[in-house]
Amino acid sequence: MVRRVLLLAALAACGDNDTPEVCGAQNGVMCQRLSSWQLFDDIAAQTPAAGVMPYDINTPLFSDYATKQRFLVLPPGGVATWSDADAFELPAGSVLVKTFSYLHDRRDPSLGSTLLETRVLVKGDKGWHGAAYVYDDGGTDAHLQVAGTIRSESWIHDDGSTRTDDYVVPNANQCKNCHAEHDNVTSLLGPKARHMNKNGQLEAMVAAGQLAGAPDPMTWPKAPDAFDPASGTLEQRARAWLDINCGHCHNPRGAARTSGLFLDVAQTDPAVFGVCKPPVATGRGSGGLQFDIVPGSPDDSILVYRISSTDPEVRMPELGRNLVHAEGVALIREWITSMTGGCTGWTSGHGQPASQPARL
Amino acid sequence: MRAIAVAVVGLVGCAGDDPCAGVKGTCVGFSEGASAESVQKALIEAQPGTTIAFGAGTFDFRVDLSLTVDDVTIKGAGMDRTTLSFRKQTEGAQGLLVTASGFTIEDIAVEDTPGDAIKVLGGDRITFERTRVEWTGGPNQTNGSYGLYPVQCMHVLIEDCVVKGASDSGVYVGQSDQIIVRGNHAEQNVAGIEIENSTHADVHDNVATNNTGGILVFNLPGLQVHNGAGTRVFSNMVYGNNTDNFAPAGNIVGLVPTGTGIAVLAAHQVEIFGNDVHDHKSINVGVISYVPTGIAVTDASYDQYPTAIDIHDNTLAGTSDTPTGQLGALLISALGELYPQGPFIVPDMAWDGVLDPARVQQATGDYADADKLCIHGNGDADFINLEWPLGDATKPSTDMAPHACTHAPLPEVAAW
Repeated sequence: MVRRVLLLAALAACGDNDTPEVCGAQNGVMCQRLSSWQLFDDIAAQTPAAGVMPYDINTPLFSDYATKQRFLVLPPGGVATWSDADAFELPAGSVLVKTFSYLHDRRDPSLGSTLLETRVLVKGDKGWHGAAYVYDDGGTDAHLQVAGTIRSESWIHDDGSTRTDDYVVPNANQCKNCHAEHDNVTSLLGPKARHMNKNGQLEAMVAAGQLAGAPDPMTWPKAPDAFDPASGTLEQRARAWLDINCGHCHNPRGAARTSGLFLDVAQTDPAVFGVCKPPVATGRGSGGLQFDIVPGSPDDSILVYRISSTDPEVRMPELGRNLVHAEGVALIREWITSMTGGCTGWTSGHGQPASQPARL
Repeated sequence: MRAIAVAVVGLVGCAGDDPCAGVKGTCVGFSEGASAESVQKALIEAQPGTTIAFGAGTFDFRVDLSLTVDDVTIKGAGMDRTTLSFRKQTEGAQGLLVTASGFTIEDIAVEDTPGDAIKVLGGDRITFERTRVEWTGGPNQTNGSYGLYPVQCMHVLIEDCVVKGASDSGVYVGQSDQIIVRGNHAEQNVAGIEIENSTHADVHDNVATNNTGGILVFNLPGLQVHNGAGTRVFSNMVYGNNTDNFAPAGNIVGLVPTGTGIAVLAAHQVEIFGNDVHDHKSINVGVISYVPTGIAVTDASYDQYPTAIDIHDNTLAGTSDTPTGQLGALLISALGELYPQGPFIVPDMAWDGVLDPARVQQATGDYADADKLCIHGNGDADFINLEWPLGDATKPSTDMAPHACTHAPLPEVAAW
């Protein structure tokens, strides 16, 4: 399904920019131009069209300090189905939209932003397929970019410094890398109860008859805002950050399942989420360290080493970031520092602490 | 669909050297100078049955390539004529990532990936033929970890390939089933060939030389696929694997002593026979449990004891008095207990002697025959049981008599 759709879109590329496209969720063809989806009344301002529902999530995935705007489109009369832990089941014809942009100055959003890309995920008869649309210089429209691209961008950061990034727009296969669980079945990251339980969003969907099967609101899960201490304990906030940044691959069905390290919030066994877990196929990603998490010792923890790195072989997540999420690293360091205990390594009994592995 | 493929081929055809020449079925060809984006686009738009063909020359990539479509073949004009170079790669943890079945790669080289070279995750019927993977700067811990890297795959054939310079394993088959690794040349890797947490593997007629360790059969804890079993390692040439261990510290392969021929770690039903293993400064053939690593095991389903190992009819020669690393230090300590006056030469074969208490028979204090380490027919090759832990009342032993047994031959792994 995915392949056929993309290929048809490629054929459609022969048309010029002014020809109306026959495309969209209804007929299963990826549009060449974002405007042809008719998602926005004003693309440059990201003003959604009628029926295009903006939403936000509690803790977002870090994307090189890009700002993200999310929208959900249900087909006429379509209803999402509740799940306690997994993504909501959305009906065929649903469209999820996410626009990435850089604020010109992160200290003052009113100074405007540069639109980078909008990713569109469409639910067809046989599952989800997606693609990225890269904005023209003026930000008035964006074009389908199946093979992805790299954009050199700069902005004023929170501290007033000028920051730059070779921002990567993913290709269609890289999309699947994060949005796929076993057998290339595309999965959703954000539209889960715990992430969307914010600002009355779920209540509004239920009231509008757009979300079926929701239990008593008192029982709804809610992920904390990882950077708001009022929203959860340190551990809850750290696990929420790991869940959204790592859990889509590091889960028992995800692309990183072969590592045996599972960072989705459902995991309760500390050994499974990394405490004293030796790496398997980490290579240079080990940084010379023995365990994913050494309680009390962030500097001895491979997890901290990898989220602090920008080296393509070392850094985690592998995709979607070139920059270090300083705030996320600080949170994980604080969490590991707060843990008590230690790990028994292969140097134990040989007079060296586990935190200083000997080269064999 | 077909129209697109033909169109691309047509463009290439202008170059006068058609990479698709002789290919049956749909083929998308690329000649030297083709853009990385056009290659990735072809991989995304490929249909089952498509061949992606590269002409002679070098193709540079800054971003990793990926394939998710079943039954696609990637080919070049020969492992010494067509090179996919990732020397300038800044994005992606491997050169090529395949999450599909029916994948074949042949007659091509992949060079200098910062991470793994070719990773195949979760596929069935995966073939690597006459493919070269190389880190051209020689052994270096900044090289990528794995060369040919199928993981959680079914039916894997790795044949007549060359892998040089991997900072972990040149050929690494992990958590897979029904595996044939034959006719390959692995050199200057930390591990030449490694079979890990896998079942039903035939590793034969390979050459492993100048690695840190030649051929490894390992089982590790904490993985989804547990307790690999049923590996035959036979008719291989394994010699001079004395390259200093250059694995980044913290990796289990960092445990492999420089100068290891064939090593078994906590694996089951491993038959090692007819190999020519010589000139290793630590050990020609070693069998150990996970226990001496000292790493606490938190995985309740992990079996950390090797069982049903049969080492027979090998030619083993040439060890040294200077084994390396922590396991080498164990060897030296054990030999020191045996020969306090010295001198000594490390025996050809070593076993840590750690028995699983749950498997020990009360009557004999030893394993049942089916679980034993059997050693026979290896000429005048010698042996040491380290009787780990060292320094206790039980002295190391060089007596092979307790291992005079034979396991039923393991079945051949059939090609599919």
